[in-house]
Amino acid sequence: MVPPTDKILYDHNHDGIDRRGFLRCMAWAGTGAVCVLNGGVFTSYALGHGGEKGANIPKGELAFVQISDSHMGFDKPANSDVVATFQAAIDKINALPVAPEFILHTGDVTHLAKAAQFDNVEQILKSARTSDVFYVPGEHDFVGDDGQQFRERFGKGTQGAGWYSFEKKGVHFVGLVNVANLKAGGLGSLGAEQLEWMEKDVKHLKSSTPVVVFAHIPLWAVYPDWGWGTDDSAQALGYLKRFGSVTVLNGHIHQTMQKVEGNVTFHTACSTAFPQPKPGAAPSPGPMKVPAEQLRSLLGVTGVHYKKGQHTLAITDLSLG
Amino acid sequence: MQQNTCVSILRAAGLAVLGIALVGFAETASAGENPSGQQITIDNFSFAPATLTVKAGTEVTWVNHDDIPHTVVSEDQATFKSRALDTDEKFRFTFAKPGTYTYFCSLHPKMTAKVVVQ
Repeated sequence: MVPPTDKILYDHNHDGIDRRGFLRCMAWAGTGAVCVLNGGVFTSYALGHGGEKGANIPKGELAFVQISDSHMGFDKPANSDVVATFQAAIDKINALPVAPEFILHTGDVTHLAKAAQFDNVEQILKSARTSDVFYVPGEHDFVGDDGQQFRERFGKGTQGAGWYSFEKKGVHFVGLVNVANLKAGGLGSLGAEQLEWMEKDVKHLKSSTPVVVFAHIPLWAVYPDWGWGTDDSAQALGYLKRFGSVTVLNGHIHQTMQKVEGNVTFHTACSTAFPQPKPGAAPSPGPMKVPAEQLRSLLGVTGVHYKKGQHTLAITDLSLG
Repeated sequence: MQQNTCVSILRAAGLAVLGIALVGFAETASAGENPSGQQITIDNFSFAPATLTVKAGTEVTWVNHDDIPHTVVSEDQATFKSRALDTDEKFRFTFAKPGTYTYFCSLHPKMTAKVVVQ
């Protein structure tokens, strides 16, 4: 068992990523250990031990789960049964030692924005232990109708292309849409109207309020050549500079990646449908075929835990197998 | 007489064969000027060829060989706009007017290419 540490052991690239801690955590993968990222430091705990005991979360703490890129309707060699792996992700959530209060879906809910695909996802989510699900769309959810169906189903109370905010236990959540009105040659885009809304939305919050921003395409430049970034995210992050704790949760890249920059922790989740290659490791960011027995180890969900008074949220990646 | 009929039949057949050969040659010649010029292949998140030059009035066909859907949308998002093409699906557009038409995939906007119509 790796003893928890309170500093980054190895920051060779000076980018806030604890690579040695991460590698040590990965060595525990598959043994029933979980890796917890807190303030840029990775710690591993065996499931059932450590801080997560019991199903009831104490007051002043918040636990939720992020799922992403379910691509309902995808049916190619990389995964011929995205229904089964999405169900496995929900089963995983239902088996967590700490009950999540709600689920965040960071988009590409469907593969082609077809009614049957939306229906399928909603049907499977009925088996989740929490019925509270918040969504932001991915570009696949905007196919054919610019997100009209998506907003009809999941967009109650949202504005414009589907942005909104809400509060849970003193944590302020901001759901952003960066897959609307994409321009030729560009990356993800938030647009002036949404940015204006966001500035007003966070303006009157105390700087001590923890903020969680969630959007489909990464809000940091993970790999622009593959479209893994958002053109105008710097402006959005600028509105959050004064806050003591900011967590940015994204999807789109179908792998976990993390970065800490000052008070901001960026984290991307795995897909529940298919993995994609590491930046530049393949000719393109398409679905990555792996041996059948390896697939579930590259799919997953992300648990997030907030403890009142703690500077950062604890992020835990959980693979499906 | 039979012999004359045979000869005339043979002569007619011969002329017909020559005619077919000439037509075939003509078709080959025009195909040779523009061998696969009307097709654009989508694969590995890119359009190939990246620049296609055609004559006004040409119909261009895009075919998606990627295992992820793509779209074919003109930069102005009005001139042409395909639905999402899954693997092996096609989109066709006839370029009536000369000009340079930059287009992209609206799902993966980093994918850009152009058709030059002369």
